[in-house]
Amino acid sequence: MTALEAMPLWLALPVAALLVVGSTLAFLGALGLLRLTSFYERIHAPTLGTSWGAAAILLASLLGYSWLQDRVILHEIVIGLFVMITTPVTLMVLGAAALKRDREEGDPAVPPRAATGGHAPGHVERQG
Amino acid sequence: MTTVTVLIWATTYAQGALALAGFLAMVRILIGPRAQDRVLAVDAFYIIAMLLLIVTGMKLGTPFFFEAALVIGICGFVGTVALAKFLLRGEVIE
Amino acid sequence: MRRLLPHPILSLGLLGVWLLLTRLSPGHVVLGSAVAVVAGWAFARIEPEAPRPRAVWPLVRLAGIVFLDVLRSNYAVARLLVGGGRQRRSAFVHIRLRLKNRLALGMLAVIITATPGTAWLEYDEQTGLLLLHVFDMVDEATWQDLIANRYESLLMEAFG
Repeated sequence: MTALEAMPLWLALPVAALLVVGSTLAFLGALGLLRLTSFYERIHAPTLGTSWGAAAILLASLLGYSWLQDRVILHEIVIGLFVMITTPVTLMVLGAAALKRDREEGDPAVPPRAATGGHAPGHVERQG
Repeated sequence: MTTVTVLIWATTYAQGALALAGFLAMVRILIGPRAQDRVLAVDAFYIIAMLLLIVTGMKLGTPFFFEAALVIGICGFVGTVALAKFLLRGEVIE
Repeated sequence: MRRLLPHPILSLGLLGVWLLLTRLSPGHVVLGSAVAVVAGWAFARIEPEAPRPRAVWPLVRLAGIVFLDVLRSNYAVARLLVGGGRQRRSAFVHIRLRLKNRLALGMLAVIITATPGTAWLEYDEQTGLLLLHVFDMVDEATWQDLIANRYESLLMEAFG
């Protein structure tokens, strides 16, 4: 903790606030994951942690390290972009998988397939 | 002095909240009930673990946790997508 | 130029990530550029046509709108999870999309899924019908209006 002593209060306050907000959002996401009753409701919960939960903590880390190292450190942005792009991919594939499995079991709560050949746009097969 | 106190409180709070969040996600992994619920919980769990590493790195003031967080992010993504794909088709590589 | 850089946006992005992860030095600019160019060639074998947006300004506006929407829906969903008080109903929604461009559809999918409270579940190419799951269903027309007028029209402007 010695390294952080030199940080001025005007920077420490926003860093601390971002950490608190981010971790609270991630916690609420996990709480929702446990408390909500159906899978399709639960799929919304982790996005709290992956959107502003992650963004706030990464922003805090970016500000803190840039101060510590005395130069602008931006590599947190890489993690931020990565999380932002990859989480929707996971959730979409998982949503499609859950739909398929529920339909195979004949779950009445799930809407039937609209027509044949429904794919997420990332999975469109092409010839050649 | 006050600055350090603020930062210690904030990082400790963040570590506690994230550890608890990880625990809740772990409970969801264990109770399921179906495979897609478990995979969703794994997805949430690795993101929480990654954020916990970043906060710990900030608290200790070392940049080495960042690389670990990046590796967790990449491996977690590939792992959960492979699991989800397996649930979708019954095969990982088509 | 098109032979050397089949995917200019991708190559530029890769070089950017390379420079962010390493220390900024002339050596890394050269090495990163080499990696970015070779990765562009490799990707051209998988996906021959590079995305060429007709207009960039709608995409910039879209990014701003999405940034604010994600912030707002984070707050809304967090409040609902804490308790909120009022009754919440989550439901499936069908929305007919006019977009046909695959990249634009992919961007719309990422936007919708990244925003807390909406999840993209299934899209049918033939009918253009999208199946969404909405966490807090106020009424169906609001969501159709949100997707069609807020996001889709801007993506239509950019990709046609």
